[in-house]
Amino acid sequence: MKVRVHVMLKAGVLDPQGEAVRHALGALGFEGVSSVRQGKVIELELADGTSDETIGDMCERLLANTVIESYRIEHL
Amino acid sequence: MKAAVIVFPGSNCDRDMAVAFEQAGFETQMVWHKDTQLPEGLDMVGIPGGFSFGDYLRCGAIAANAPICQEVKAFADKGGHVLGVCNGFQVLAETGLLPGALLRNAGLKYICRTVGLKVEGESIYTKGYETGAEIALPIAHHDGNYHADDATLDMLEGDGRVAFRYTDNPNGASRDIAGILSENRRVLGMMPHPERASEAAHGNEDGARLFAHLTEMLAEA
Repeated sequence: MKVRVHVMLKAGVLDPQGEAVRHALGALGFEGVSSVRQGKVIELELADGTSDETIGDMCERLLANTVIESYRIEHL
Repeated sequence: MKAAVIVFPGSNCDRDMAVAFEQAGFETQMVWHKDTQLPEGLDMVGIPGGFSFGDYLRCGAIAANAPICQEVKAFADKGGHVLGVCNGFQVLAETGLLPGALLRNAGLKYICRTVGLKVEGESIYTKGYETGAEIALPIAHHDGNYHADDATLDMLEGDGRVAFRYTDNPNGASRDIAGILSENRRVLGMMPHPERASEAAHGNEDGARLFAHLTEMLAEA
């Protein structure tokens, strides 16, 4: 089974990289870009039947730092 | 007095930290990250600067899950003293031994220069300085922007757990925080490098005072 984990900085945590991308889009002439948030996508190939609980545990313990990041698990 | 310095693939301040410990009178041993035990009878563990595991995933995240870090956690939980510098601070935050996290510098640039610091929280690490003293130490990091929620920041300030504060914030760190202490004040994480300013040849000895009193303070403890 394949799973995609989306990791994003939590709302309220400053994202200087996203901010730099927003400025760069402005410099390219794209108007109206009011915010850019940059995250990570991690794809995992797992043994069939791996529980959501186990995947959640992977996210909590390694894939995301829940002090600053939130995560979302997507089954493919 | 015995100290150990943990070495990860990508650590690059491990030997500097060992030299600083040795100069301060510690018998110092290097410990590889795959080791599953710390040496017997340790008084101090140092987690050095560098780019452990290439900063993959997040700075310090992979190192924090290395086998030896379970031992470092157990050592700290039993009241052991742990000093984490730069990447070492990032590792300590990732293990949860210290609250908060280190984000990318607000200006996005890697910064390598000497910065001004104000010494605050009381601990064996800050004993060599007058409270409120202004010192200078080098920083060299891309991800030193300390972040924690307001409640945590209030708690750290209220309990006097901010050990060092930037006099001119280089990286966007919340409330100018450069280094923090654990609740029992025995674990210190800091972004500036005291070991890189610990002998005359470095051109700056402000860092030496952090190490200088450790053995006598540990002997008293």
